[in-house]
Amino acid sequence: MLSTFAPFLRRPEAASIISLVGIVAFYVIIGGVDLRTLFGAASWVNFAANLGIVAIPVGILMIGGQIDISIGAMIPAGSMTIAILSGYYGLPIEVGIIGTLALGAVVGLVNGLLTVRTTVPSLIVTLGTLVVMQGVVLAGANLLTGAASVKLEAPAWAKAAFGSLIGPSHQVIIFWWIVIALIFAFAIHKTRFGNWVYAMGGDLVSARNAGVPTARLTIILFMLSAISAAFVGMCGAIQFNSAQVSGGMGYIFNTIVSIVVGGVLLTGGFGSVIGIFIGTITFAIVSQGIYFTDIDRNWSNLIIGVTLLLAVAMNESFRKFALRAGPKKKAASS
Amino acid sequence: MSANAPILALRNVNKSFGPIDVLHDINLEVRAGEVLCLLGDNGAGKSTLIRILSGVHQPTTGAIEMDGGQVSFPNPRAAADKGIATVHQFGGTFPLMSIGRSFFVGVEPTKGWGPFKVYDRKKANAIAVKAVQDFGITRIDDGDRLVGGLSGGERQSLAIARAVHFGARVLILDEPTAALGVKQAAHVLRIVNEAKRRGLAVIFITHQVMHAMAVGDHFAVLIRGAVAADFKKGEKSREQITDLMAGGETMADLEKSIDGYMSTHGGHPPPPAH
Repeated sequence: MLSTFAPFLRRPEAASIISLVGIVAFYVIIGGVDLRTLFGAASWVNFAANLGIVAIPVGILMIGGQIDISIGAMIPAGSMTIAILSGYYGLPIEVGIIGTLALGAVVGLVNGLLTVRTTVPSLIVTLGTLVVMQGVVLAGANLLTGAASVKLEAPAWAKAAFGSLIGPSHQVIIFWWIVIALIFAFAIHKTRFGNWVYAMGGDLVSARNAGVPTARLTIILFMLSAISAAFVGMCGAIQFNSAQVSGGMGYIFNTIVSIVVGGVLLTGGFGSVIGIFIGTITFAIVSQGIYFTDIDRNWSNLIIGVTLLLAVAMNESFRKFALRAGPKKKAASS
Repeated sequence: MSANAPILALRNVNKSFGPIDVLHDINLEVRAGEVLCLLGDNGAGKSTLIRILSGVHQPTTGAIEMDGGQVSFPNPRAAADKGIATVHQFGGTFPLMSIGRSFFVGVEPTKGWGPFKVYDRKKANAIAVKAVQDFGITRIDDGDRLVGGLSGGERQSLAIARAVHFGARVLILDEPTAALGVKQAAHVLRIVNEAKRRGLAVIFITHQVMHAMAVGDHFAVLIRGAVAADFKKGEKSREQITDLMAGGETMADLEKSIDGYMSTHGGHPPPPAH
């Protein structure tokens, strides 16, 4: 019986799948939710897609042994950049898109360089850039436009690609989320690049000595996470035809919870893209799905907290299980 | 075998960190198919010596020679490229990676072309498992197992097999048996012998004299940063080596003084100093 499930339990995403099933079961049994309504709903899928596009690169950064919390400021920074460039100044939308993603690249580059060149932990480095970027966005928006909210009218093609609805209420960003997840899953699990990320997160010095270009790899990962955050902000501005200076801070904790529920080890070296993907869905269903239940929504944070702790406990025990010898040795010892 | 020229040699190497001299006038040689045991107590300078040999530190004065020509290792990568592989106490392996993946970190085999060049898991696993099994570790037969699930001895063996597979000529083993039980240590010593049989030069760092004597051809004792003794297999007994490592104050003397005290004090040991 156990041996049938053993290969599954050894995978990094095992706990996230169990968490997801557990949460849905809990909502059905205790909350009296109708599964068709839940799975037909767009709210949690939209929420998951916005969160997931940031969670995947940040999670991969965590597998590589670093963390990026500056994404909390990069999301409003991304939406403000495109709104100021293409909305306030009326530049072509292409310029706005390139400018937004370039800002992400620059902030990611700064995060990466500071992490690689100093011994300051990336939590502190990105805490610094988080606060800096908040200041830049607030003061910059005020200086350039004199307002905290900027309007943006995107042309039809940009609206269709980044900010339209599929059907009555599903955002087009869901499509981007799935594509990004597939690309990253391929890169991380099937290429040499992915193996380097795991090696770097497992043991930075050994990886460097084995010839992995750790500095360059770290900088690339930071750039990807900042670009992804700017992209999510940009899609939001195009979707809602305006951008605000605030918001985005909630993403910091939400991404970390999704990533950890998804089976990524906080200290690096272990995790999977599919795990992060499922962890994000789990988090979205816990926080948004509660509206479909009879449960008072004020309980949602409690449920998130308990899910996180249970998932972490499961991750720990499954990881130990994965570390134990394979089936061959067990047969010999019994 | 030992008549040929040394692969790796240190000539009058000194190393100081600021005002602190750590190594004085170190002269060492190691030849192909020979195990050089570097013995010394904690703080004798063994670690610094390893770091010089593996390119982490550079000598303050003196020279490193390979195959008779002077070389310098500005970084660990340079030393590795010249065929010097260092295996640390805990293997320098990645506990949460599979055997196949960790074996090929940095040199992963791929198949396919262009952007679809994918990591060849089957090939990596097969090569890694075969390399370890060739060293007599037949219990490793699944390349997908995580390295952290292996025993300490198996992890050492994997690291040594990896170094040999990638063409190491000089193998530096830093206290490979220190954290291991008796059986596991015997395992690693067998692998050291196998590496030697294959013509590698092995520098075996330890403070366990028994382990050194089991595999060593040549011994150097390091005391306070200097080579206090340099001798061949069979020239000194275990007691003599232990005495040397203890820094001249012989263990026999120590035992004698305690025995003397006990005979005059009714069989009681001396009271603790404080």
